[in-house]
Amino acid sequence: MLRFIVKRVGLSILTLLIVSVIIFLMTSILPGDIAKQTLGRDASPEAFEVWNKEKGFDKPLVVQYGRWMGGLMTGDLGTSFKFALPVSEVLGPAAAKSAQLAIVALILIAPISILGGVAAAMNRGKKVDRLLTVGGLSAAVIPEFVWGVVLILLFGVVFRIFPVSAFPNEENPNIFNSVYHLLLPSIALLFVLFGYISRVTRAGVIEALDSDYMRTAVLKGLSRKTAVFRHVLRNALLPTIAVIATQVPYLVGGLIAIERVFNYPGFGNTLLKAVIARDFPLLQSAVFLTGLVVICFQLIADILFAILNPRIRQRVTE
Amino acid sequence: MSTNNIPTLELRSLEVAYTVRGIDRSVLRGVSFAIAPGEAYGLVGESGCGKSTAAFAAMRYLPRNGKITGGEIFFEGKNIVDIDEEDVAQLRRSAISMVYQNPSTALNPTIRIGKQIAEVFELNGVSSSDAMMMAEQALTRVQIADPARVLRRYAHQLSGGMAQRVVIAMALASNPRLLVMDEPTTGLDATVEAEVLDLVRELRRDTGTAVLFISHNLGVIRNMCDRVGVLYAGALVEQGATSDLFSNPSHPYTVGLLRCIPRGGLHKSTDRLDTIPGTPPALGLKFDGCVFVARCALADDKCRTQLPQMVTINVAHVARCFHSDKASSLPRSVEQIEYAPQVTGHSTKVGDALLNISHLSKVFTQDGHKVRVINDVSLTLGVGETLGLVGESGSGKTTIAKLLLGLTPPEEGGVVTLDGKGLAKTLNRRDVADVGAMQIVFQNPDQALNRRHSVTRIVGRAVERLRKFSLANAIARAHELLSGMRVDASLHSVRPVQLSGGLKQRVAISRAFAGAPQLVVCDEPTSALDVSVQAAILNLLVDLQKQDKTSFIFISHDLGVVRYISDRIAVLYLGRVVEFGTSQRVFNGPFHPYTEALLSSVPNIDGSTRKRIPLTGSVPSPSNPPSGCVLNPRCPRKAGSGYETLCETEEPNLNEVEPGHFMRCHIPMAKLKQLQS
Amino acid sequence: MTDETSKQTKQTELSERLALLKKNKAFIIGASILAFWVFSAIFGKLVARYDQDFADYESISSSPSLKYWFGTDSSGRDVYSRVIIGSRIIIVISFLATLLGAFIGASLGLAAGYLKGRFDMVLMRILEAISAIPVIIIALLAVAAIGRASSIITILIIGLIFTPNVARTVRAAVLGESELEYVAAAKLRTEKTAHILFREVLPNVLPTLIVEFTVRLGYAIFAVATLSFLGAGLEAGSPDWGTQVADTWSLIFSKIWWPTLFPSLAIASVAVSINLISDALLEVFEL
Repeated sequence: MLRFIVKRVGLSILTLLIVSVIIFLMTSILPGDIAKQTLGRDASPEAFEVWNKEKGFDKPLVVQYGRWMGGLMTGDLGTSFKFALPVSEVLGPAAAKSAQLAIVALILIAPISILGGVAAAMNRGKKVDRLLTVGGLSAAVIPEFVWGVVLILLFGVVFRIFPVSAFPNEENPNIFNSVYHLLLPSIALLFVLFGYISRVTRAGVIEALDSDYMRTAVLKGLSRKTAVFRHVLRNALLPTIAVIATQVPYLVGGLIAIERVFNYPGFGNTLLKAVIARDFPLLQSAVFLTGLVVICFQLIADILFAILNPRIRQRVTE
Repeated sequence: MSTNNIPTLELRSLEVAYTVRGIDRSVLRGVSFAIAPGEAYGLVGESGCGKSTAAFAAMRYLPRNGKITGGEIFFEGKNIVDIDEEDVAQLRRSAISMVYQNPSTALNPTIRIGKQIAEVFELNGVSSSDAMMMAEQALTRVQIADPARVLRRYAHQLSGGMAQRVVIAMALASNPRLLVMDEPTTGLDATVEAEVLDLVRELRRDTGTAVLFISHNLGVIRNMCDRVGVLYAGALVEQGATSDLFSNPSHPYTVGLLRCIPRGGLHKSTDRLDTIPGTPPALGLKFDGCVFVARCALADDKCRTQLPQMVTINVAHVARCFHSDKASSLPRSVEQIEYAPQVTGHSTKVGDALLNISHLSKVFTQDGHKVRVINDVSLTLGVGETLGLVGESGSGKTTIAKLLLGLTPPEEGGVVTLDGKGLAKTLNRRDVADVGAMQIVFQNPDQALNRRHSVTRIVGRAVERLRKFSLANAIARAHELLSGMRVDASLHSVRPVQLSGGLKQRVAISRAFAGAPQLVVCDEPTSALDVSVQAAILNLLVDLQKQDKTSFIFISHDLGVVRYISDRIAVLYLGRVVEFGTSQRVFNGPFHPYTEALLSSVPNIDGSTRKRIPLTGSVPSPSNPPSGCVLNPRCPRKAGSGYETLCETEEPNLNEVEPGHFMRCHIPMAKLKQLQS
Repeated sequence: MTDETSKQTKQTELSERLALLKKNKAFIIGASILAFWVFSAIFGKLVARYDQDFADYESISSSPSLKYWFGTDSSGRDVYSRVIIGSRIIIVISFLATLLGAFIGASLGLAAGYLKGRFDMVLMRILEAISAIPVIIIALLAVAAIGRASSIITILIIGLIFTPNVARTVRAAVLGESELEYVAAAKLRTEKTAHILFREVLPNVLPTLIVEFTVRLGYAIFAVATLSFLGAGLEAGSPDWGTQVADTWSLIFSKIWWPTLFPSLAIASVAVSINLISDALLEVFEL
């Protein structure tokens, strides 16, 4: 088992390194002169040179990459052009805010989606199933901002049930108020993620329902309900929990549009500001952070999956 | 047979249909039979005839798209067709159990064996601690050596035979009055199959449970059942006491089925196999008359228009045929190929040396361990001869085929020469002539034929590449080959999916012969086919061999088939040749102890009983073979032979024990002969 | 030969499947909606009622009426006509981006799945790294790096970002196929690798690829709309749906909902229609 974990961690670090190279190359090689964009077209050539020298952009690419990586390792993420603050001070609080939103969203999404998937599988081929799978996936292909706008229109403007902003205006909002403000954006994320998670759950449950061991259980004389609880859900759902971890990229990607629509001062909004201001130190670190989070969750998913599956567990321990 | 007049299970005119692509297609057409308490009733028939459907219907467990559309199922006099789910569950909990094919997938992979067995006892109200104890007893009952340990294992840690014992233990845990066994030994190796069948027989003697036994294997049915029903296209066409039905088959289908099996003693040199022309009807086809009419040599207008009723042959023997009196004189159906011989330019005579394999080895790396799957194999084969490779799964049969063909390179030192010419180790270093000279027919034609290409293209392309023909000539030659192998011209432009299994295999054989090969490896070419189709394919191969002087390496787990078609036999165990010699020598003995065990485990279709020589334990892992002779921990002849120490310490060589007969055994020939007499 | 009967039953299989597809409600709905939008994308001027830039200063932000079916925006432009005209941009960009992604992805997937070994390992690592960054974020990064947004750039970016997904799907299918013995059979008649890959394996992977294409097309609509909503996808002032929503959505707090809602529904309807089609294909062909 330990060997397996070490191997997976090693691979994840390798992937993360490739991610950093991709990010670095994209910001360094793609056309578009950063100095020109920052200082404006009319600045003097000397000003460009001074600026480039100051930021270290006159050094060879390898050196620049090494400096950036070194900074990442030591926690020095550089200084944001736009905010004139250390990147970590800009990114830290924003990421914390996004994490709050993501946690509330996941607490809402995971159980509902899993239940939906189980319900669909148990009613395979019937109306309920068609509604949940076709409806769920149809909802998932509609962009988050469309959901956000429609939800705000419906519940914030027409019915006035939820606040239209995800962030309370008060000085020190209590936790209930904060969560209440996060509900509408979480529902928007639910629409986008429900389809994927419930589909994976449904597939797992159906595979287990169709399995020979489920047949054995039923033919032993277990009632269908007991057989489903003891033999199907156990086998189908544990891996599903791991699968949810792999949905994190969709969640993170979705945060950008959602935070924009709900005017939430999180990571996504910060990243968007960095894009508009072409604030590369901030942007590089923000994208790298995204990759880090996604890869970590995938790693957790893989290890969790191995632990839950006796076949893999056995093989890696022996 | 019991005199109790209420049968344990009775099916009355049972009709079952499956909904496929929106249309109901009937799979069982008015099937009626009864099983008395304590009786073993067998259902035989080819694939798709509805055997398993009947078994699952008896359990009231049909697939989601299946439904009972008519008739009744009585269990101990009570109609169970309409009882609700809870009553069905109660029946399964206490009175009816089932054992099925693929035991390893029948067990839950994430729950320990003990808990799965204990579950049955708990369902019947036993406390969980008692249940675990009883689970251990249940495992003891199915002769599992270390039950306490097996209780704690997971399904994937058990061998196939062990898993089937666990499934049987679970089925018997409720002391059922009816045990339904659906192909319980299909897919298991011959020696394991024999063990499981012995166990079932013993348990049945002890418990007196009635058994519904489903198998496609007539030999197994013959050995396991008191009475037999023959299913064809969802209809029961014949039923009778086992020995009576096998000795006096009275439905043309049964007659044909029995005739096309290559039974002990038949050999290609003297006997041609019978076939049943045509293929079974498609699922759900409607019939006005007899279901077998399209393939029956006795069929007349009456058979086409009227549904035949069961005719009594004698006391308990009935057949659904208007001409049951003439069934035994059913005209033989033996098709001949019309095949244009290949122009190969080889002038060698039958029996001249063709293939020489020496010191072939193969090591695979598995999870960081080196595993020697083929160990120093040396064999020879003559022109126009067939070499049969036999051995259980994991013995290395298919790997040898891949090594010969160059699909996998052998280890250094292994040499393969064909017609005196050394072959390169890998395919891409062999020239076109060498590649064309050695070809293969795979087991599964569905995988071996590209489903996107037409039959003509599949064969034509092979001719084009291997014989350097122009496209037009290649296509002409392909059509010639195909027609010669009785693939009708109207089928040349279709894709494989539109062909039956037998026709697909004919296309695959045509392709193998595209390059005028000297040697064709046949890797289980008939294992996926029904016996009637198997016979036709075997006939075809024999004809081709006679015309072209082609040599075959024939790999099969079916010893009857190998015996029929082979001139020489090599018996493999754990990647080693343990015995090699002419067909006659190997099958008539004296045998290598492993060969002896293997042969004795084959259920005999003649009904003659023969003492089984058991192999103890299971096949060791090739990554950690036993010291000394690899067979020694399981050898049935080691104990008392006087060579125990030698067997356990030193690996024997493959010695020529008599002219043309090689054996890898420390026990001398004379001693073996004495032990085996 | 009685084998003819089996031939006939197999031949009816395809027609049975097609009949099922024609009966599939989801497919009919999806295909009709998509057909409407594709028609609008090609013949937009026929379906629209006004020019996209025509502004009626008499009725600014007027609610839906007989004259302006979907109302007018804050510049007095007809929302209905702009929605119709806007279909062309998103459909063309999404289609081209998906085509690009499918082409590169399929080529890489074929090569990786068949050649295996080191090439496969390196490629899969890189593709895994790319897909560790969410599509929208990597697209935003690219737009920021290039310094401006345009349709061509969006096509290139989305196409490239979709490459890993397509490659992975195709690779898995190819890995499965190359285990099958027809590949060994092709080697046993001295076929070259390229022939095996393109003539033997590719045709068998095609159904998978087609479904993957429709799935990706749905995502492309999603991504293009989101990027243009975020102001990073297309030229400023483009009459596409995402930009329309971005330009007007702050007005919904003043209950001027129509300039936002209708383009939003348009995006949703295209995405859903494509999803319904791919779902129906999957179901009917049991892929």
